[in-house]
Amino acid sequence: MPMDEIALDHAEADHKPGFFVRWFFSTNHKDIGTMYLLFALVAGIIGYSLSGLIRYELAAPGIGPLTGLMEFFYGYQGDEAIAAAKHFYNVVITYHGLIMIFFMVMPALIGGFGNWFVPLMIGAPDMAFPRMNNISLWLTAAAFILLMVSMFVPGGPQGNGFGGGWVLYPPLSGLKGHPGPAMDLVILSLHTAGIASILGAINFIVTILNMRAPGMTLHKMPLFAWSVLITAALLLLALPVLAGALTMLLTDRNFGSQFFVPEGGGDPIMFQHLFWFFGHPEVYIMILPAFGIISHIVSTFSKKPIFGYLGMAYAMVSIGVIGFIVWAHHMYTVGMNVDLKAYFVAATMVIAVPTGIKIFSWIATMWGGSIDFKVPMLWAIGFIFLFTLGGVTGVVLANAGVDHLLHDTYYVVAHFHYVLSLGAVFGLFAGWYYWFEKMFGVKYNGMLGGLHFWLMFIGSNVLFFPQHFLGMNGMPRRYIDYADGFHTWHFWSSIGYAITLVATVVFFVGLIEAFVRRRKAEANPWGEGATTLEWTLPSPPPFHQFNTLPVVKNEGGH
Amino acid sequence: MAHGEVRHDYHLVNPSPWPLIGSLAITTLAIGGVTYMKGLFGMPEGTWWLMAVGFGMVIWTMVGWWREVIREGKIGDHTPVVSIGLRYGMILFIVSEVMFFVAWFWGFFEFAIFSDARVGGTWDAANPIFADSLARFQDWPPTGVETFDPFHLPLVNTLILLLSGTTVTAAHHALQHNKRGEATFMLACTIVLGLLFSMVQAYEYTIAGFSYDGTLYGSAFFMATGFHGAHVVIGTIFLIVCLIRLMAGGMSAEKHLGFEFAAWYWHFVDVVWLFLFAFVYVAPHLILGH
Repeated sequence: MPMDEIALDHAEADHKPGFFVRWFFSTNHKDIGTMYLLFALVAGIIGYSLSGLIRYELAAPGIGPLTGLMEFFYGYQGDEAIAAAKHFYNVVITYHGLIMIFFMVMPALIGGFGNWFVPLMIGAPDMAFPRMNNISLWLTAAAFILLMVSMFVPGGPQGNGFGGGWVLYPPLSGLKGHPGPAMDLVILSLHTAGIASILGAINFIVTILNMRAPGMTLHKMPLFAWSVLITAALLLLALPVLAGALTMLLTDRNFGSQFFVPEGGGDPIMFQHLFWFFGHPEVYIMILPAFGIISHIVSTFSKKPIFGYLGMAYAMVSIGVIGFIVWAHHMYTVGMNVDLKAYFVAATMVIAVPTGIKIFSWIATMWGGSIDFKVPMLWAIGFIFLFTLGGVTGVVLANAGVDHLLHDTYYVVAHFHYVLSLGAVFGLFAGWYYWFEKMFGVKYNGMLGGLHFWLMFIGSNVLFFPQHFLGMNGMPRRYIDYADGFHTWHFWSSIGYAITLVATVVFFVGLIEAFVRRRKAEANPWGEGATTLEWTLPSPPPFHQFNTLPVVKNEGGH
Repeated sequence: MAHGEVRHDYHLVNPSPWPLIGSLAITTLAIGGVTYMKGLFGMPEGTWWLMAVGFGMVIWTMVGWWREVIREGKIGDHTPVVSIGLRYGMILFIVSEVMFFVAWFWGFFEFAIFSDARVGGTWDAANPIFADSLARFQDWPPTGVETFDPFHLPLVNTLILLLSGTTVTAAHHALQHNKRGEATFMLACTIVLGLLFSMVQAYEYTIAGFSYDGTLYGSAFFMATGFHGAHVVIGTIFLIVCLIRLMAGGMSAEKHLGFEFAAWYWHFVDVVWLFLFAFVYVAPHLILGH
């Protein structure tokens, strides 16, 4: 990173408020970041358990385990239990998607790491609006409560909860598909989460534009701060459009408007346009912070500055910009004009260029470096490998012709789990192991961290790689049952889930071990490769850092 | 907290209960809203009190929170660098509002431009299910919808809002030159014009030749102009708060962030109206002859 000499004066003002005021009325970016991580952990466990139900059900053909659940919990019998199980399966996949996106990846990467490390890296004492920061956190929690409530109140004719998939397409999300209050709660939950994210985005942008340490120009700013800046810009521009679409859906359902109702002249496909105008930037919102984290880790453990720093920053900018003009590649099969498809194919493939710049720059950073395979580096290399794989299947799916065959198959499921479940989540764990000691002041056991990585790497590949084969063979996504011919790969997919389950147990063992043993962490455990400002502070940092602002000396070159 | 050794001008805000209260308020409002619309937890549809409680809590949060902000501004927490941050924040908030209106305009354009494609194409015109829709919706605005004459009340409203944009700027200039009496008068004029706009808009709604529900045109028209109207009301309240603060002796010639933000917001509302006037009222009138 571009800063070489840093003038620091740790005037420690570690006067913390009492427990309740500190954690419930917080205006401290580190405390709020910790709460975001804790929140994401809780939501992640719920979302991950739901995916467990999916893999349990799909491990063998036939509608089995979920029927048993319906019999056990609701006392349904026979066909009634099977019908309930089908709806419940739809509910499970819907809430798995919504929870993982809005309440696990986003709160962890942006709310958690963004809050913790953007101010530290740019040499700021806190966020620009510390109180607004806190309402972002509490509104995210409120949104999660609304979503959880919606799962247990009447949805469609088949039972509780909304089962139309995380994309919320009408007519399934309309009055005919799900007349009950569950869908209205989902809408208001996403509205609330959206307000939280917009406020958070404003906060990050203002913090980064207005509170960088003296001497830190934008072109000297660490790449994680760059990634959060771009992510925040995407949130700010994309989420209000979703809010508009959700409002149309809400009024269609409750007040007789006809936006997406064909009988009134409305257009359900309009919802898809508005949704994906938000939804496509949303996938970059989830992956860009991971890009930032990986850049720091690769640089730290190769003991080299990142290759092509400016190119890396502007590659993210161009991914963000192009991300806004490719949305309809999610909708090739709605019957759109072939010229329009040609445009969206071309625009989508263009994104492979800046993404390629990032991948090759990470490799070039490692090239000739003195690579140290510590736990975060394992996760980072795993990320590069798996994200590239997911990116390559993305290029396949970008072709409208191919997509007509693969749309809504397990190939798509495999693709987006490679870029998100293995991309964003590996980036998340990489950041976790990179900054754990900085955040909590205790060391973790590297053996357990490594074991966690290898189990997760093997498990998630066994889980998702066979889904490419399933999709290529025509297995549709969101189906509770399948023909016997799909059994082998579904079975292996479920075995993969079981391996990740062991990995997750190891993760928690490592977490608990670190807090039980309480080995005191150093300020900078990673040595000369770790050059950003957070490593100049003790671990954990004081309650308020940088009471005297650090000065970034102007040195030539990166 | 001990800030004795702090040597920077940023604002380290003291812990505050309002974010948590605000979040509880939103939760109550959302649960109450769904209860009102659909019935929830054994409460029948139409139960309004929970929503009212939630709404009251939201208002309570706003008042409490922004009182805190005004107090902090008065004791000097809003240093020059913090003021710049607040300005950036307000600009970004308005940007997000613009994107919210993009959704409504996008919908309106899509519905207007592609109405023919939507009902034409692969639809089977002989099928009686579609025949009715074809007859009603292949035109835009749909058959039976009588739109407004844009050069009647809508034009009056455009002039009212444009005038209010000049009076709010005049008030700003007066405040900057410390002519508080003139600033108060001009701000009051702006508020009166804002209220006048809302009243004309409300009257226009009552004489509309189409209804909100039942047709797409009504939905798109009333939601787009309705959300604009809601923003006018919010902007008017914002200006009223500024007027009260001004009359109570607050806001100096040098520092009046609240007033600046209210003025920016008012100009934003003004610009949205110009787009609504041009594309929702005038363009269909001129192009389609409605």
